[in-house]
Amino acid sequence: MAFSQGLLSQSIWRLSLRMLGRDWRAGELRVLLMAIIIAVACVTSVGFFTDRIQQALNHQSGELLGADLRVAADHPLPAQVTVSAANYGLRSTETRSFRSMVQAVGENEVNGSSRDGEAILGQSRLAEIKAVGPDYPLRGALKIAPARFAKDSVVHDLPPSGEVWAGPQLLQQLGAKVGDQLQLGYSQLRIAAVLTYEPDRSGSMFSIAPRLLINLSDLSATGLIQEGSHVHYRFLLSGEPKAIADYRQALIPHLQRGENIEGTQDARPEVRSAMQRAQQFLGLAAVVAVMLACVAIAMAARRYAQRHLDTCAMLRCFGASQHRINHIFLLQLIVLSFLAGPLGILSGFLAQEGLVVLLGQLIITELPAPSWTPVWIGLLVALGGVLGFALPPVLQLRDVPALRVLRRVATQSVITPRLQPATLLAYFFGLVMLVLLVIYQAGDVVLGGILLSGLLLATLLLWAAATFLTWGLKYFLHYLRKGFLKKVSQSKFSAWHLGLINLTRNRRASTLQVMAFGVGLMVLLLLTIVRGDLLQGWAKGLSEDAPNRFIINIQSQQLAEVRNFFAQKGMADVELFPMVRGRLTEINGVSVSEQEYVDSRAKGLVAREFNLSWARKLQTDNHVVQGHWWKENAGGKNPFPREFSVEEGIAKTLSLKLGDQLTYLISGESFTATVSSLRSVKWDSFRANFFVLTPPGMLDAYPASYITSFFLPAEKNEVLDELVHAFPNLTVIDITAIMDQVKMIIERVSMAVEFVFLFTLVAGLLVMTAAIQSTLDVRLHENAVLRALGARRRRLWQSLAVEFFSLGALAGLLAAFFASVLGFVIAHQVLEMDYLFNPWLWVLGLLGGGVGVGLAGIIGTRQVVNSPPLVVLRKL
Amino acid sequence: MSESVNQPILLVESLGKNVANHASRKHVLADDELAILHDIDLCIQHGDSVAIVGPSGSGKSTLLGLMAGLDVPTRGTVYLDGKNILQLNEDERAALRGEKIGFVFQSFQLLPSFTALENVMLPLELQENSGTYADARQQARQLLARVGLSEREHHYPSQLSGGEQQRVAIARAFVSKPALLFADEPTGNLDTHTGQQVIDFMFELNREQGTTLVLVTHDHVLANRCARVLELQNGRFCSASEVGQG
Repeated sequence: MAFSQGLLSQSIWRLSLRMLGRDWRAGELRVLLMAIIIAVACVTSVGFFTDRIQQALNHQSGELLGADLRVAADHPLPAQVTVSAANYGLRSTETRSFRSMVQAVGENEVNGSSRDGEAILGQSRLAEIKAVGPDYPLRGALKIAPARFAKDSVVHDLPPSGEVWAGPQLLQQLGAKVGDQLQLGYSQLRIAAVLTYEPDRSGSMFSIAPRLLINLSDLSATGLIQEGSHVHYRFLLSGEPKAIADYRQALIPHLQRGENIEGTQDARPEVRSAMQRAQQFLGLAAVVAVMLACVAIAMAARRYAQRHLDTCAMLRCFGASQHRINHIFLLQLIVLSFLAGPLGILSGFLAQEGLVVLLGQLIITELPAPSWTPVWIGLLVALGGVLGFALPPVLQLRDVPALRVLRRVATQSVITPRLQPATLLAYFFGLVMLVLLVIYQAGDVVLGGILLSGLLLATLLLWAAATFLTWGLKYFLHYLRKGFLKKVSQSKFSAWHLGLINLTRNRRASTLQVMAFGVGLMVLLLLTIVRGDLLQGWAKGLSEDAPNRFIINIQSQQLAEVRNFFAQKGMADVELFPMVRGRLTEINGVSVSEQEYVDSRAKGLVAREFNLSWARKLQTDNHVVQGHWWKENAGGKNPFPREFSVEEGIAKTLSLKLGDQLTYLISGESFTATVSSLRSVKWDSFRANFFVLTPPGMLDAYPASYITSFFLPAEKNEVLDELVHAFPNLTVIDITAIMDQVKMIIERVSMAVEFVFLFTLVAGLLVMTAAIQSTLDVRLHENAVLRALGARRRRLWQSLAVEFFSLGALAGLLAAFFASVLGFVIAHQVLEMDYLFNPWLWVLGLLGGGVGVGLAGIIGTRQVVNSPPLVVLRKL
Repeated sequence: MSESVNQPILLVESLGKNVANHASRKHVLADDELAILHDIDLCIQHGDSVAIVGPSGSGKSTLLGLMAGLDVPTRGTVYLDGKNILQLNEDERAALRGEKIGFVFQSFQLLPSFTALENVMLPLELQENSGTYADARQQARQLLARVGLSEREHHYPSQLSGGEQQRVAIARAFVSKPALLFADEPTGNLDTHTGQQVIDFMFELNREQGTTLVLVTHDHVLANRCARVLELQNGRFCSASEVGQG
């Protein structure tokens, strides 16, 4: 069979693969391969993780809803919604979810030292109660276990009346077990099983309390649903897709305020939102790593091309055309990308398990297997990285003159003299790949464009800072040589001198390495030290006796008793605030609806009910920023004017201003008043505050519940247990526990971002390795000559240590500087607090960078000192 | 190998080569160029063996590069087997080299990551229509055996001595049965005894295949083995002599 021309000829494949195999064995391609693997691994690790959430949303959305369609409301659903379902042949059921206190009941209430024969009540804890109707769930299934840590199994029943299924966390917090009794409101219920899985349950990021499942028939006996109770009413439906669609179509025009429909296509908006954020944040972190990896690819490819100049000249001598040269190396790169791609994808798949451990349970309880999409993305990244960044220097090998075999003609610069159209096209392809990757991770073209601009700006700033540092080092060295070094060591070959000279000699490579490490170190410092500083600063900003407990659902008829209770406990100063629920219906006589607003927060504010309250005096953590606080008139039927005081944040969100007339629907009646003041509220005082206030007396005619917040010392925790026992309908919210949960979420999210940024550090190491390799021959030669002239190995080791420690220290300085600046900006602009610069940030940055890069650099250049000088000189 | 009875294998007419004078950093102006070769005329017939001698810097390697189509002259023409190589583009010159020319270099120029056998096969692999892979392998093995390196087929250049490497290079040069062989200081990096062995192999193969040999050397003993010796000084031929063959 004769050889044939072109890319597909067997001879080209053979030659190409043989060269690839031999170069790999010689260690020529390791940095290139690793850089491709890192780029693919970090993109696919994030990709697999977000894809699994997307798969859950796409293919398990029925299970995520527990139905094919769900109608949700913050009030009992009208009969029209529930009764008509049967007309469409749909199965239906309902659930009601709310938070309430649960108390463990002692085992031996007969023998127990209880008063008046009542049960011994243990600790009380806040729980997420879900009361479920028959046939729940309509899609998916519950799982229960006979005890904590026992194996669970699918169940198609519900807890019978009188029994409950409790989540393992609730049992742990209560110190209870299966078989114990629970006090829920005015009812005692038996714990029949451990609830391990509910199909429509949110991840732990979205719930602040552990779970309890009860039978809907037991709900009214608990007495927990009262005026002011926040209850989520849900009506679940399942059936034929057409029937579901018809029902939905018929219902939409009749939906009232506070009611919404979720189908399988738009199920779980909170999960979708969390997934989108995860994809954006983690995806961006991955893009930074990809960018650095592409730099490493370009540097490694440049060296690879440099080391094949003689080979190409020889091939040209023996008749290879420029196209053949291109084909030989192009094939090698394509094969390399198809080898590295799957390895990177496998690494990414394993790495995404780390993200699942850190974040998975926060967002969604069970994640299915991923689709193939991240695999294709990974392969595209591999191909794009190789073709966009490795191909350009390799393409220029076609210009190697055959004459090189006779003499080296301007050989060192042959790789970069002029850019051919093909080379420009390859670079363009690589840049397009990066741009598309950013847009893909952002999930939006406009946002992607903004992020790209931000990345570009950040790159320019980093480059400027790194250049400044390396320039500064050069001049510092200049003065050192003239002063200090001259006194310390007469020899021009002192370790310090040698080390720093190496750093400043190739300033471009040094700048690049300082940037590469600086980025990774900066993010790690930001996510660890600065994060800790900001959280501590924020916590310190709270006063020591800031309220740590909220109590809600106090009914008006319980006011006197509750006040009396607190007085008996020495807490007479606990203030109870009234709360009336009303829905904003008109602004200046014009009806308002969600559709008028684009901002999702505005939509939510219009859809849901407000908590209105009244106050005679302004609280100390409120300040009037516009208008005036109401003044009491001495005489007259109504001592106070009919006015509203609105919190400035929601005023801005809803575009409200002084003089606007707002109408609220309260218990079926309209109530209108004029906005007379806008207030700023210090929400992180954790005191009870309200978006909208009226003067006293305005809302007396409407049913109200009461809330309060206070500081409870740890030694008085049992007061709450007694309070809940006395008033079972009250809900106690532990702010410390919520803050701990928020801190946990922030910590997990930070760890997830740090996890992805580890790829950035590895990519930075690869950039350094590529830079070392590009200067290896020069270093080998120099050190061989120095040793031949009498330099000791110890001095050479020291010079290497100086060079790389200094490089790392410069990167650490850069990292600490930018981390401090970002910390300052976040503190002032976002958290509105003072930020104290932390000296440890600088110490850790300098030391971490210096030691980390120093060690890596010494290991990477050990060959330079260990190789026998004669061998090196003969070879070179 | 195409032969025309009267057509020389290599014809050089008024060949000149200037290069930029790098010392002055102005390599654009004509009066700042350095003339390496001046008006070289040369005619080499099929089967000739020609040695070009001269001191270092006389322009020997430059002339060899121009004759082999590795470089482009400033003036004059080069006809290789009747083709004006200046009218060919770089790829056409490469194709011509692959078809007609073999090379032996002072620094051997073996690919370090290829075995001896693979280095010898390389010219055949680069050619189109030169037979199957198995044929190429067989031809390469035969030539390696011919230069006495059968047992070293699978050794890498780093595992071979200088003389052995040059023998591999000679086998590589002859594997494609070139019409013309250019050798640039083939014994420059070898000791006398080894160099002698290498030259013996080269001339033996040259006789067997009837290849035209053009040798650049400053070794007069080697030069005298060629039929003609041309002396180059300061970029010009200053003498020519007819000596014995082989």
